Amino acid sequence: MVWKKILRRLSAMLATLLVAGLLAATLVRFAPGFDADERELDPHLNRESVQALHQSRLSEHNILAFYSNYLRNAVHGELGRSRSLDQPVLSLLRDRWPVTARLVAIGLFLAWTLALGLAISGALIRWSPYDVLGTSVSGIALCIPAAVLALLSVLLRIPGEAVVACIVFPKVYRYTRNLIGKTYSQPHITSARSRGLSEMRILLWHVFPIIGPQMAALAGISVGIAVGATVAVESLLGLPGLGQLAWQAALARDLPLLINLTLVITLVTLLANSSGDLIAEMFRSSEA
Amino acid sequence: MSSVRRLALAILLAVGGLSLAADWLSPASYRTQFREAPNSPPSRQHLLGTDAMGRDRFSRLLYGTRISLTLAPAAAAVSTVLGILLGGLTGYLGGAWARLGMATTDLFLSLPWLFLLITVRALLPLNVSPLTSVLITFLILGLLGWAASARVLCAASQSLRKSSFVLQARASGLHGVRLFLVHVLPNLKPVLLAQFWISIPVFILSEANLGILGLGVTEPLPSWGSLLRELEGLLSFHQEPWKLAPLILLMIVVTSFQLVLSKEETAA
Repeated sequence: MVWKKILRRLSAMLATLLVAGLLAATLVRFAPGFDADERELDPHLNRESVQALHQSRLSEHNILAFYSNYLRNAVHGELGRSRSLDQPVLSLLRDRWPVTARLVAIGLFLAWTLALGLAISGALIRWSPYDVLGTSVSGIALCIPAAVLALLSVLLRIPGEAVVACIVFPKVYRYTRNLIGKTYSQPHITSARSRGLSEMRILLWHVFPIIGPQMAALAGISVGIAVGATVAVESLLGLPGLGQLAWQAALARDLPLLINLTLVITLVTLLANSSGDLIAEMFRSSEA
Repeated sequence: MSSVRRLALAILLAVGGLSLAADWLSPASYRTQFREAPNSPPSRQHLLGTDAMGRDRFSRLLYGTRISLTLAPAAAAVSTVLGILLGGLTGYLGGAWARLGMATTDLFLSLPWLFLLITVRALLPLNVSPLTSVLITFLILGLLGWAASARVLCAASQSLRKSSFVLQARASGLHGVRLFLVHVLPNLKPVLLAQFWISIPVFILSEANLGILGLGVTEPLPSWGSLLRELEGLLSFHQEPWKLAPLILLMIVVTSFQLVLSKEETAA
């Protein structure tokens, strides 16, 4: 049963990824300047060489042919060459993913620790000024653009991981707080309290099993939020990760690099979302 | 209406009114350079000082607020209309249409928002006139930001589709687009308005992010994004607090937009 669900999720993910790739290829094909190649302006090239360059791009005019060719190469580990950095895309991705992975992992750990700590302690303490404080801090963080947080972190000498945590924290905290609040207002919790169960026992035995599935799904979504935040954080803090690469590719209109980055990021977020959903489903089925 | 919502609405009206009166209130045009006084601190002539190019910061803030506050709602309107078409209509049609609509929505929602924005922005020319850059920026926000609204509208129209009054209208011979326009769409209005209102602060923040990353509105036109880029050169909060004015205004406006909606509307 579980394998069936995993297989279904994986096939849905693959289909989404293929459609996303086709959409990206279509956008790239119709982007202004698709036909232009700076190498054709090189005065050292003769007419035949320029003609050969032009001919090599003619095969890319048909979107389906362009996309199937891209997929065929991708299967063999050939993701093309970055026009702006003049390096193979695969080696660029290989060099830079550890920086992003570290940033996202530590940022998520900090955000979740802070959000869960505040939400759970708020529910246990049940003191309204504490709740107001948490809500206000998260509200303020929600109103500041991610790029501004990154800029201010330079001034305040805060590491990038903390900035990613500041971007993810308010969303996780607000959702968790509301979820815990709703669960605590259920009649079986009141009944458990009236029977004299300790707050910790209520939390572990009666609250966590209920909020578990939704928290698992939120964990998946939070990966996407953290990955999205890396664009601003890495670009403005000068961290050589995938986010900075995407920004550089966007500024240089390096479309081959950008399409590959988009697909990699889509794959990561889809994997995270699907894993979160799958864990949530497993939680629910074990509860049932 | 609660007092907090009234206050938030009053703030939005005041900020909107001030930005619309920028032609009369600002001491100079947003592009007039006072070359003899670049980077000057606040004075009677320049309330928020001047930027590195000697332009009056207060004037630029007023004009930038006008651009952001006019075009973010326009982008929200575009995304809400797309949300109706791709979520509301497909949810109403049901079956394969609803599945296709939701699959497209899931595809858009699975992409990190900022990645999607910079990718699509990069596909379009970057060296464009300032006015074109404004239109491109906000049009992209409107055209790409429909997914969350579509999901909510799809769920709302699917539940309306099964409601008794729609079944009764169908039994009376009303079908297709006419049934959608006459009975379903008017009942989607509260959800539509909530989605429209929720999208505005999201687009304001997105434009600010794009502007700071150099992919938003281009100089000399000001927007909150381009004004916030100045924070890159901020020495310290104590030495130049006036440089934080665009950020403080943006935070006030975004908070006000969020406070205007009631909890029920936000949940919708």
